[in-house]
Amino acid sequence: MKRMLIGALVALLCGLSVPAFADQLMMVRSTQTFPEAMLRLQEEIKARGYSLSRVQRVDVGLTGMGYQTDLYRVVFFGKPEEIRRLSREYPQMIPYLPLKIAVFAEDGDTLLVATRPSEFARLFDDPELSGIFARWEADMDALFDAMRVAE
Amino acid sequence: MYRWFILLCLFFPLLTQADAPGDVIDGARLYARHCAACHGMRGDGGVGVPLRLPDFQAGVSDAYFERTIRLGRPGRVMPAFRDLDDVEVSAIIRHVRSWAVTDAPPHDATPVRGDVKRGAGLFAKHCAVCHGAQGEGGAGTGVTFSRPRDLPVIAPALNNPGFLTAASDRMIRDTVARGRAGTPMVSFREQGFSEQDLDDVVAYMRSFGERPYDVPIDASDEPATLVFDSPHDLVTTVEALVRAAEGRNFRHIRTQTLEEGLWPEGEDDPHQVVVYFCNFEFLNRALQVDPRVGLFLPCRVTAVERDGRVQVLAINPKRLSSHYNNRELNRMCEEMYGLYVEIIEEATL
Ligand code: HEC
Ligand code: HEC
Repeated sequence: MKRMLIGALVALLCGLSVPAFADQLMMVRSTQTFPEAMLRLQEEIKARGYSLSRVQRVDVGLTGMGYQTDLYRVVFFGKPEEIRRLSREYPQMIPYLPLKIAVFAEDGDTLLVATRPSEFARLFDDPELSGIFARWEADMDALFDAMRVAE
Repeated sequence: MYRWFILLCLFFPLLTQADAPGDVIDGARLYARHCAACHGMRGDGGVGVPLRLPDFQAGVSDAYFERTIRLGRPGRVMPAFRDLDDVEVSAIIRHVRSWAVTDAPPHDATPVRGDVKRGAGLFAKHCAVCHGAQGEGGAGTGVTFSRPRDLPVIAPALNNPGFLTAASDRMIRDTVARGRAGTPMVSFREQGFSEQDLDDVVAYMRSFGERPYDVPIDASDEPATLVFDSPHDLVTTVEALVRAAEGRNFRHIRTQTLEEGLWPEGEDDPHQVVVYFCNFEFLNRALQVDPRVGLFLPCRVTAVERDGRVQVLAINPKRLSSHYNNRELNRMCEEMYGLYVEIIEEATL
């Protein structure tokens, strides 16, 4: 018990000294190639009841300006009714809407990165919102798990 | 003070040692979940450095691994994993060790003593070009296959408290002597370093730990969203935003409604207008520092009209930068914050 207490105290102190970084971003490596992973991601997004609103081709913009990059896209998605309601009732959230996932090629694999939805709960402290964020979190976790094992 | 905390962190795993149950934890699965995104499925690297290289595996003890996983590298992307228990950490280490061709060396805490001043000279001459003048590491991290950068593997930060606490003097000395074949880190013994040179350069690197290290700032007091009132109507505000961005070397990419693509054309709310703009030179630099940052670039501001009142909203880059554990990126986000504020202030003057 005492050992646990000391442990907890130390963990607390450590937590104060260095913010915990490990989980503010969600990141997953898919061993699928970029085109395969993009297709799969879009299917997985739709399968969870979200609509895709746009795919921003960051790579095209960069190479067009003479910079070298492998494939890089940002996928925007959301549930239309939900995005509408949130943007009206919580205007502070507007710059964070719709949801997005950055997707880029790395040596034959594909990396996916997103802000962890529960992190929004720290950005926007509101009990009604935290329910929504928890649902997004569960969906994103399942989505990223699906992408991790996608072969 | 900070070093004291780090020391406490070090002992934390010892204090909370779990009684290992019948070892069914799957190291490969845990590695895939927590490490592979950055270090590669097979340890070939990515946002992180490679972990499978024979010289690396032969040069570092399991204790180094354990501490590195627990402490991370504050400000250098590598997270501190505090939620994994000891059994999980050992399972991950065993998995990473399955790539090794030699046995792991034991942890050797014998101190190395040398001449710090002489070491400083050697460091400036032989190491600073890759590891930075103050040992702060190269621009960016790891291997990052997605874009060309200065080196095939970016040199890690050697002044990092996570590294300095995890590494023993002997491990640092052996690494410098042996080098890491397959990376730009050559063997300095082969480069003609004497035993004295090795001691001195280690003594100098240890002195990094005595200097203040600005840990990534805790940005939790920063507001999530930047909000400005505009005295103009919506159309005028949007036009002014585009002009202000272009005046600061940004290229206007697109103007659209927030709901475009979500609702059928014509049913999207015309009172929420997003302006995308980008400075490709800045974007390219930011992606070299951290390829994950595309998540909040290119730049975007949203103008919203409610009851005849127009507001301009944007993310707060300072707040978001704290998600990346990347000191270099924090500086770029400060720059971005400044630009956002300038652009929006000019447009809403
Ligand atoms: C040409 C660039 C280059 C030079 C010069 C160089 N290094 Fe390195 N160093 C690297 C790279 C790249 C790595 C990472 C290797 C890897 O992926 O394992 C590294 C790794 C290291 C490590 C291990 C760090 C860790 O996190 O495990 C130490 C210690 C080190 N270097 C010390 C030195 C010292 C001391 C010198 C000068 C005597 C030096 N290096 C010169 C590129 C360089
Ligand atoms: C978000 C990306 C990221 C994740 C996730 C990550 N690392 Fe790292 N790791 C890095 C980076 C970047 C470095 C090098 C830091 C530098 O350049 O200064 C590093 C360094 C290391 C080192 C030191 C290597 C050396 O050459 O001395 C080890 C060991 C390591 N990581 C193990 C792990 C393990 C095990 C996991 C999973 C539990 C993990 N990392 C998860 C990014 C990551």
